[in-house]
Order: sequence, then structure tokens, then C-alpha cells
Amino acid sequence: MNAPVIWILLPLAAAFLIWFVRSSNLQAWLAGCISLALALLAWMLPLDTVLTLGSLSLKVATTLDVLGRRFLLANADMPLLAIIYATTAAWLVVSDAAGTARRLAPVGLAVTALLVAAQAVEPFLYASLLIELAILLTIPLLMIKGKPAGRGLLRFLILQTLALPFILFSGWLLAGIEASPSDLVLVQQTAILLGLGFTLLLSIFPFSSWIPMLAEETPVYKAGFIFWLLPTSALLFGLGFMDHYAWIREAPELAVILQAIGAVMIVSGGVWAAFQRHLGRLLGFSVMAEIGLSLLALSLGNQAGIELFILMLIPRSLGLALWAFSISALETVQPSLRFSAVKGMARTHPLASAGIVLASLSLTGFPLLAGFPVRQALWAQLAAQSPAIAALLLAGTLGLVAGAVRTLAVLVAAPGRTTWETRETLPQRITLGLGLGILFLMGSFPQWTAPLLARLPGLFEHLGR
Amino acid sequence: MVIFLDWFSVLLLMGAAAGLLVLRNWRWSLILLAAIYLGVFWLVSRHWPVGMAAVKLVTGWMAAAVLGISQMNAPAEDTFEPAWPEGRAFRLLVAGLAVAVTAAIAPAVTGWLGVVPAPAAWGGALLISLGVAHLGMTARPMRVALGLLTLLAGFETVYAFLEGSILVTALLAGINLGLALVGAYFIHAPEPEVET
Repeated sequence: MNAPVIWILLPLAAAFLIWFVRSSNLQAWLAGCISLALALLAWMLPLDTVLTLGSLSLKVATTLDVLGRRFLLANADMPLLAIIYATTAAWLVVSDAAGTARRLAPVGLAVTALLVAAQAVEPFLYASLLIELAILLTIPLLMIKGKPAGRGLLRFLILQTLALPFILFSGWLLAGIEASPSDLVLVQQTAILLGLGFTLLLSIFPFSSWIPMLAEETPVYKAGFIFWLLPTSALLFGLGFMDHYAWIREAPELAVILQAIGAVMIVSGGVWAAFQRHLGRLLGFSVMAEIGLSLLALSLGNQAGIELFILMLIPRSLGLALWAFSISALETVQPSLRFSAVKGMARTHPLASAGIVLASLSLTGFPLLAGFPVRQALWAQLAAQSPAIAALLLAGTLGLVAGAVRTLAVLVAAPGRTTWETRETLPQRITLGLGLGILFLMGSFPQWTAPLLARLPGLFEHLGR
Repeated sequence: MVIFLDWFSVLLLMGAAAGLLVLRNWRWSLILLAAIYLGVFWLVSRHWPVGMAAVKLVTGWMAAAVLGISQMNAPAEDTFEPAWPEGRAFRLLVAGLAVAVTAAIAPAVTGWLGVVPAPAAWGGALLISLGVAHLGMTARPMRVALGLLTLLAGFETVYAFLEGSILVTALLAGINLGLALVGAYFIHAPEPEVET
């Protein structure tokens, strides 16, 4: 037995089998439970160590050779795997209540396994190929039966596919730089290609237009899952480059570039969010801002930056999942998510409305909510390094808050005599109640993430040291 | 003779990719796509063993077959492009411009990548530029798939000289087939509403 089989091939096989399960509820539970089991295994199972169970002895190896290359999952990767699979479990287990389990459960599990493979493949450059395969797998998920492919979906496919040649070419050039690091022209050419590749892959402005478009065209819960998983994977892939190549990591321009791009993403996301009139697009603009926020965390260039980047993954996933789930609860009764269509729905769907508003506020770093502790730490670090960037972060955040407040105003704006009732289904109420509770708990007790931090240092060989 | 065949392949790639951009009949489009993979196979086989190079050919033809079978069972394709000038002459002009751009950059690519021989660099650059032109000129999902396949074929032509890993070849084959399947999926979805 070896780790890539457990965390890559097994979930892929399970996803294939889950596709044929008829009950969507069972699909959601199976996919969620398998993801959770994989997360627990990643947290508890030591690799390359002989385990004795009675007369049985078992050793889980770390590598799997495939076609002359290898997939490596070491002990150091396990905390990240635990986070990824635990979050996937949370997304998938409630997908039936969100009305999207039929395709999301199997495809979501398979996409997660492919993105884990992208983290495991060596040389790590090949990750771009696996990410592209994962992207292709998401296309049927994001299409609505009986409807044509939307423009956002086509842009998503084109822009993400265009990233592949840039990254692979730059990978070949990087090998040349390792041989002759003083060749400045080569360094410049490589940096340009690599920059273009990641600009496309990370959907950096102006290539981010597909995010709000997709959030408008497809069921928001499915889009939300993709918005959480793909940028996370792309960012981790980018971290791999920074960890592997000293000239990238130590380039003095890197922090400036990351800060500038991060600020542009946050400000553009915030400004668009402030004037948005569609619940799905509003979530899309928040995702753009989140990508910018991750880049700002990485721009710190120290251990705190890496820790903040990883710690942001959990509240971000929780916020996005709750936000998307809450919207999907409204979507089941009101297909249009324009402000004019959802006006006053807080009276009939109070929990879902609370979920939308509180999750969006959590992603702005509102006090007492899950996003606050990490944001607060990032604010402090950024303000010490660059007050101008911190000011831009404030401007973008104010835009996002304005979007959340406008959403609240629209949702509660019902005629005076409308009575309060709860039309959410029981599974929806349970999910929303749990989500809201965790949102407050994580905001009030951030020290619960301490065990995670303790195991993170081994994740990267050079970064944050 | 071999050099002649190399440059003939480049001409084949140019004609097929330009034809793919200009023509809108799906049968011709798929024949031209198959011709592109034949050219790619020849150029790649100059550096790789024939068995490995044949992977590109077989994968490409499989992709064309997947799209063809889907198109055969689909309603007639609406060739009207709502957002762009419609004429064949205009598309021909764009193809000409893409070829001109390639003529300007291909020598630089040859010098820059060093190990890539001139015919492969020209062939790859032609496919990439015509593929990008194709993507820029259509909002039709089926043609988006064709544009992406053309672009990737160009990239693979050049990249084969830089990287000979079997795993990469297998993954690129998977991506080509995946794109064809996505294209087939698009074909069976209703066509987008035409904005007039």
C-alpha cells in the first residue's frame, strides 16, 4: 500500500462508482464520508512507518511510480491533505440539500483527487497538466442540462487551458536558469512566461471576468465549489515554484508584484461588489478579492505570510460554502438571483438570508466571524510593511462590506404586513444552523487551529524559513 | 527528401489550420483537424520514436472521431456568428494576418528554443497563432473546442522537442481527448441564443 494509491487512486475509483449510484442523497453521503475518512487518515496515519495490528503489519509507502515519473505524498504533505479532504467532505455531504449532489458528489471527489495528484507529481511542473485535466472534468458539472454552454464557462475553459503552454514552456526554461543563473535575458523571458501562465491560471485581472459570469450562469453551489478548489490548487502550485526556485523566492521584485496584483484584485472585486445587483455575481467578486488576499499574504515573504495563507483556507472555504449553500436554498424557489427577484426573501427564508449576509461579512473579516482572526493578523502585518497596500485593502474591503449591507437591505425589504416564516427544508435548516454556528465559533476561538499550525512547517522545504 | 517532407508538413499544417478557421462545414472541419494531427505526427516523429509520435496521431484522430460522431447525432449546426463579421473573406484575412505574424516570430522562436528545428518551430507557431485567432473569432462552443485542439497541437509540436517524458505524453493525450469530449458535450447542448 502506498499514499498516492490511498489519496489519489482510491477516491478516483470511488468517484467513478458513486456516479452510478441512483440516490442523490446516498451519493452525497458516500462522497462526503469517503472524503472525511481520507482527511482523518491524512491526519492520523504515519507514512513510512510499520504499523502493527495484531498479527498484521502494515507500512504505507510515500511514492508511486507511473510511466517513469513518480507521485510523492510525504508526511509533511498530510496536514494540507487533511484540510483539502475535510473541506471537500463538508462541501459534498450537504450537496444533496443544496440540490446539486447528482453530479457534484462524484465529480467533486474526482476533481479533488486530481488536484491532490497535482500536488504529488514529480517533477512538480507536471501539475499544470493534472490541473487542466481537473478543469476539463468540471465542465460537465458546470453545464446545466438542456441549456447551452454559457459565455462564462467558455471563457473559463479557454483561459485556464491557455495557461498550460505558458507554464510548461517556462518550466523548461527554468531548467536552463538552473544551469546558468547569470543569464539575465533568460531569467526575464522565463519570468514573463511564468507570470502570464499564473495570471491566466489564477484568474488575475483582467482574466477574472469568467468568475462572476460563471457564478451567474450556473448553480451557485457548484460554482462555489470550483471557486474554492481551483484557485487554492493553483496558489499551492505557485507556492511550489517559489519553494523550488531560489531566484523567484529571493527576487526583490516578487513582493512588490504580488502586492500590486493582490491590491488590484481586492480593489476591483470590492468596487464591483459594491455596485452589484445579483447574488451569484456578488459571490464571484468576493472570490476575486479572496485570490488577491492570498497573494497579499504571500507577499509578506516570511513564515507568518505562509501560515496566514494556509490558515485562510479554512474560513474561506467555510464562508464560501455557507454563502453558496444559502444562495442555493433561495435558488430552489427563486431561480433568478437578481436583487429585484429576491427582495424580501428574508421573511420566508430567514436562515438562508442570514447565511448569505453573515458568510459574506465573514469573508470581509467582520469581527466575531470566522474570517476575522486571520484577516486581523494580515492587516497588522501588511500595515507594518506597506501602509499604502493596507489602505487599498481597506478600500476593497469596504466595497465588499457595502455589497453585504446592500444584500441585507434587499433581503429584508418586504412589505410591512408580510409574516415571518421558515420555508427552508429540514436538511437545509440543519446545515445552515451548523454553518452559522461554526462561523461564530471559529471567529471566537481561533486558537483551535493551533494544532494545524504546529504541523505546517514541513510543508515547504524553503519557504517561510 | 526528408527535409522536403518536413516543410511539406508545415504547409499542410498552415493550410489545414487556416481552412479550419475559414470553413464552417463540420465535416470539412474534422477532416482538416485530422490533417493537422498528421502533420504534427510527421514533425514529431523526426525527434521521437515513431511509436511515441503515433500517440499524437492516434489521439488526435480519436478526438476528431469523437467530435464527428457527436456532430452526426446532433441537430444541424448553426454557423451564424452573432458577434463577429460573418464573411469568409474576413476570416481568410484574419488567417492571413495570423500567418504573417507567425512568419515574423517563427525565426525568433527557432533561435530562442535552440533545440527545436525550424520546420517544427514554424509548424507549432502557425498552429498556435491560427488556434488563438480561431478562439478570438467564435462564440460557438464546438468551434471553441476546435480552436483549443489546434492551439494545443501547436504547443505539443514544439514541446515534443523539449520534453520526452512518457507521463507528459500520456497526460497531454488525456487532455486532448478530454477537450474532444467536452466539445462533444457542447455539441449536444442546445446552441446559444443568437443576439441580433
